[in-house]
Amino acid sequence: MSAAATTLKGTQPAPTNEGLEKSRSPLVEALLRLRKNKTAIAGLIIILIFLCMALFAPWLAPHDPIKQSLYSKLKPPIWDAKGTWEYVLGTDDFGRDLLSRIIYGARISMVVGVVSVSISLFFGTIAGAFAGFYGGKIDNVIMRFMDLLLAFPSILLAIVIVAFLGPSLRNAMIAIGVVSIPRYARLVRGSVLEEYSKDYVQAARALGARDGRLIFLHILPNCLAPLIVQTTLGFASAILEAAALSFLGLGAQPPTPEWGAMLANGRALILRAWWAVTFPGLMILFSVLGFNLLGDGLRDALDPRLRD
Amino acid sequence: MLSFILRRTLALIPTVFGISVLVFFMIHLVPGDPAEMMLGERASEQALKEVREQLGLDKPLYVQYGRFLARLAKGDLGRALRTNEKITTEIADRFPATVELSIAAMIFAVTLGMLAGILSATRQYSVFDYSSMIFSLVGVSMPIFWLGLILMIIFSVHLGWLPLSGRLSYHIHIESITGLYILDSLLTLNWPALKDAVWHIIMPAFTLSTIPMAIIARITRSSMLEVLRQDYIRTAKAKGLAPRVVHYKHALKNALIPVITVIGLQFGILLGGAILTETIFAWPGIGLWLLNAVYARDFNAVQGGTMLIATTFVTINMLVDILYAWINPRIKVS
Amino acid sequence: MTKLLEVQNLKTYFFTDRGVATAVDDVSFSLDAGKTLCIVGESGCGKSVTALSIMRLIPEPPGRIVGGRIFFEGTDLLTLSENRMRSIRGNKISMIFQEPMTSLNPVFRVGDQIAEVLELHENMKGPEAMDRAVELLRMVGIPSPESRIKDYPHQMSGGMRQRVMIAMALACNPKLIIADEPTTALDVTIQAQILELMDELSRTTGTAILLITHDLGVVAETAQHVVVMYAGRVVEEAPVKQLFHDPLHPYTRGLMRSIPSMSDDQRRRLEAIPGVVPSLLALPVGCKFNDRCRHAFDRCRAEEPPLTAPKDGHSVRCWLFH
Repeated sequence: MSAAATTLKGTQPAPTNEGLEKSRSPLVEALLRLRKNKTAIAGLIIILIFLCMALFAPWLAPHDPIKQSLYSKLKPPIWDAKGTWEYVLGTDDFGRDLLSRIIYGARISMVVGVVSVSISLFFGTIAGAFAGFYGGKIDNVIMRFMDLLLAFPSILLAIVIVAFLGPSLRNAMIAIGVVSIPRYARLVRGSVLEEYSKDYVQAARALGARDGRLIFLHILPNCLAPLIVQTTLGFASAILEAAALSFLGLGAQPPTPEWGAMLANGRALILRAWWAVTFPGLMILFSVLGFNLLGDGLRDALDPRLRD
Repeated sequence: MLSFILRRTLALIPTVFGISVLVFFMIHLVPGDPAEMMLGERASEQALKEVREQLGLDKPLYVQYGRFLARLAKGDLGRALRTNEKITTEIADRFPATVELSIAAMIFAVTLGMLAGILSATRQYSVFDYSSMIFSLVGVSMPIFWLGLILMIIFSVHLGWLPLSGRLSYHIHIESITGLYILDSLLTLNWPALKDAVWHIIMPAFTLSTIPMAIIARITRSSMLEVLRQDYIRTAKAKGLAPRVVHYKHALKNALIPVITVIGLQFGILLGGAILTETIFAWPGIGLWLLNAVYARDFNAVQGGTMLIATTFVTINMLVDILYAWINPRIKVS
Repeated sequence: MTKLLEVQNLKTYFFTDRGVATAVDDVSFSLDAGKTLCIVGESGCGKSVTALSIMRLIPEPPGRIVGGRIFFEGTDLLTLSENRMRSIRGNKISMIFQEPMTSLNPVFRVGDQIAEVLELHENMKGPEAMDRAVELLRMVGIPSPESRIKDYPHQMSGGMRQRVMIAMALACNPKLIIADEPTTALDVTIQAQILELMDELSRTTGTAILLITHDLGVVAETAQHVVVMYAGRVVEEAPVKQLFHDPLHPYTRGLMRSIPSMSDDQRRRLEAIPGVVPSLLALPVGCKFNDRCRHAFDRCRAEEPPLTAPKDGHSVRCWLFH
């Protein structure tokens, strides 16, 4: 727990890297600090479990996630008196195996996370970097637009976007990606402004480095820490928002085994089949929790200033 | 202070203008013909033409926007395509329900969240501290549409304690004064109605409050901890003040400054969350109405509703700014 | 006659993850009513911890008073209940802190902050307390106090705020004011004014002052008696004139040599004491000053010297005078 103990443990070198000790980058230092952070580790473990579910879904799932079976409708989970090993978590009203659907659902949520976060990260970083680097009018135009996007509750904006692009998982991912752009833009802009005034940037500039090179090779790597934190937390909110949109029928469409969509279906069953509601929701909760825990831990490890 | 309020209010105008541009063009630039969306793909060319003319969709976009803005300035949002009712009337009918739900949720979130945060901070590293922080971590990750369903299963389906959905039982009548049922039933001393309204609001309000509550708890805790380290807290103790006074008078007022900002920002999340909560609990508010407009592809209503919610959102943010300036003497009128 | 304040063998330790820091170890001194005692030493020598121990405001955990007695008007403060202790704080013993910029609560008006003490300890009601607050501000030399009581701390300069702190400390006519580096954060000209003010108030009100400072210049101007602390221990104690005239401990002499003197015409070089204050977690064996002392011999490195009094009323912790 103590700083001394941390450094002691932290400097326990792997047998080969005696010489590397001193040149360790701040990032590596941070990762070592991360190892000490229990919440981060818990988050990482949760994420790894979901990642495994997503990657190995075809091998893990006992049934086809969308295959319907009239004979096995609304079977309760195993620990219920009427449960069977065939359907460990029970079935829904179409006789689809909940466990299999949940496992395949991990796939969809991970994809949603990657796609949406990539969209917001890409456009947000570019917009923020330009705004911060060039300042003046460009800054003003970009940031006023970002403020405008922030003038909407994000789920509302996503709903409106999806409503007019047409309800589908792809459009939901786009909508979620778009509504989070301002978060990244603000963050990158702030960091760029901060880094820009520092000597090393001015030095690179004096040496004739071009703007693009300056931004992407000199400035951005120095704002990585908050960006990594935001990206991790971004996964959490993307998964949550995508599930919400699907729940409202604006995201993944049936019979896609998406957790939110499964909840929407299970909603009609709350009087008869609590399991059809409970398990998909737990999956959403835990996957979001995993990314939030990791994000929090990263924030503590990478950038203590960001602590809320 | 007055000039500060005035300036902040005036600053709303360009923002609302920007919102109107964004909402309008988002809806009109997206591929797809609203007339066709309304009438369906098999509508005759004649019918489509009539609808376009009637809605002014045949005019160039800037003319349409000009009209939209002109009407907006008069406080007119047009008519809902589904019902042909004035959108302002439809919204006015449903707004109190959302306001009541949001206020109830905020009361839950602020009281429980701040209480948990303060108690956690004043007994840092205690069992209470750890458990309330775990709860708040789970809380921020909560899919509230799921939580709502789970609460329904437990408290309505299994225990039968609370009504499943809706805002009021059929047989109960409330004389409308403010449109807020709880307040109205209090004003008219209508006890059965009060009980019914309260019973109906508990689950949706609690569901909606989850995320703000968790966030408020966390920010209150960290803000309190930060303040408790300050020199003036030591001064307060050196004065001989009791811990209660030190915590709740000297520390809390300082700790509140960031908390208030966060509470204000949570209203936005609340307005968004209201869409989900109202859907689950069939709560007849703006969120449910807007969602139905989305399902019905009623672009006029979506446009109007979005406009209104976004404007409400930025107005609340402005009020938070003013409150912030008022509570924090250091940034007053600068 | 009993002393106003008598600290006997005070031990305040901090229990950290890295070990036990003996911030105050076996410290004794006493103070007569109406007098001024200075505790001098470099930062980290335990002087502030001593002050906070008297107030019983040591943050616990990690700190704890593990031994000793603190007699104030004949009662041992360390045996009092927290409730009784609170009725003494701000009332009979009050405290002035180093940082006037951060020691006042930013969200309350200064008048209210002063009135609060009066309402607490003197049972005064709102307007009465406010009137007294105005009077106190006038006493500490704040111009137009009637309007200044409505100020927030950020509307005042550092010197003004320290005057407010003094007014607050004086509010209940305390027997003892503990001033922890009250002038360190202020401009030199303001420093002199504040010290003069405290000196004058002490003489007119009969309040004793325990002044904590690292600045021997301040000591010479204000105190009757001086305690020099090093690494949590008292290393020398003497009446002020005696100490300046004939400093015994090599550390005290080092401190003296490191201050510029106006009367010195022989272009003496200012000297700094070599080395740094040792970490309280890793104190040297023997005399705690031995690693920085040019006179250190074997015994100093093996055995800690006791506090002895080679001259009347002048004690020192050093083997040179044994």
